[in-house]
Amino acid sequence: MVKVLLFGRLGDQAGWRERDFDPSPATLSILKALITAEDGPLGAALGGAGVQAAVDRNIVRGDVALTATAEVAFLPPMSGG
Amino acid sequence: MIRLTEEAFDPGAELNRFCAARTRTGAVASFVGIARGEGGAATVLELDAYPGFTEGEIGRLAGEAVRRFGLDDVAVVHRVGRISTGEAIVLVLTASAHRRGAFEACDFLMDHLKSQAPLWKKEHGPAGAEWVEPAASDLADLGRWQSGAIR
Repeated sequence: MVKVLLFGRLGDQAGWRERDFDPSPATLSILKALITAEDGPLGAALGGAGVQAAVDRNIVRGDVALTATAEVAFLPPMSGG
Repeated sequence: MIRLTEEAFDPGAELNRFCAARTRTGAVASFVGIARGEGGAATVLELDAYPGFTEGEIGRLAGEAVRRFGLDDVAVVHRVGRISTGEAIVLVLTASAHRRGAFEACDFLMDHLKSQAPLWKKEHGPAGAEWVEPAASDLADLGRWQSGAIR
């Protein structure tokens, strides 16, 4: 079961901020394809400018394998301070 | 010390605690960011964080500041959740042997927190709610440190 977290505007757009995907997708790109298949605009937003992905709290670039208990977070451009 | 808090905090009390019992330090610089009332409109800010990850990334930025400016110590307190106009959002404290390092490290950390700390800011105003993303000026400020323009 892969846990997916959405932050900032992505959570508002999706209408959810946390969801479990079971069975676990094997890679980040498969996860994104699953999300895109059910919500095309959200899938596009996840691939949009400035959106980063973190797997188990580490920023990743490109596609990566996901363990069966991975936590995947999608992070829109940050705005602290 | 990196701390996220959903409660309002007292920047003065934090500063006093930070300054106490120092032997090497000759300079402490501080920055307080305050929730601004845009044009007098009643606004509420909402800051979304990724618990665990957000503190870790702010800690990484603080560590960079310590190495780059040879700091004795650094502290960051950042509000999360709902914040009213006039309340402190962020406090950065830097301690160094001499003032230049403390001033510059404080400036460096704020420029990095504005666009690289995993926090997402939503403004609730009279016209509705809107997510804020880094302004061009924030990215230009960050560029000052990357281009080697300072140090």
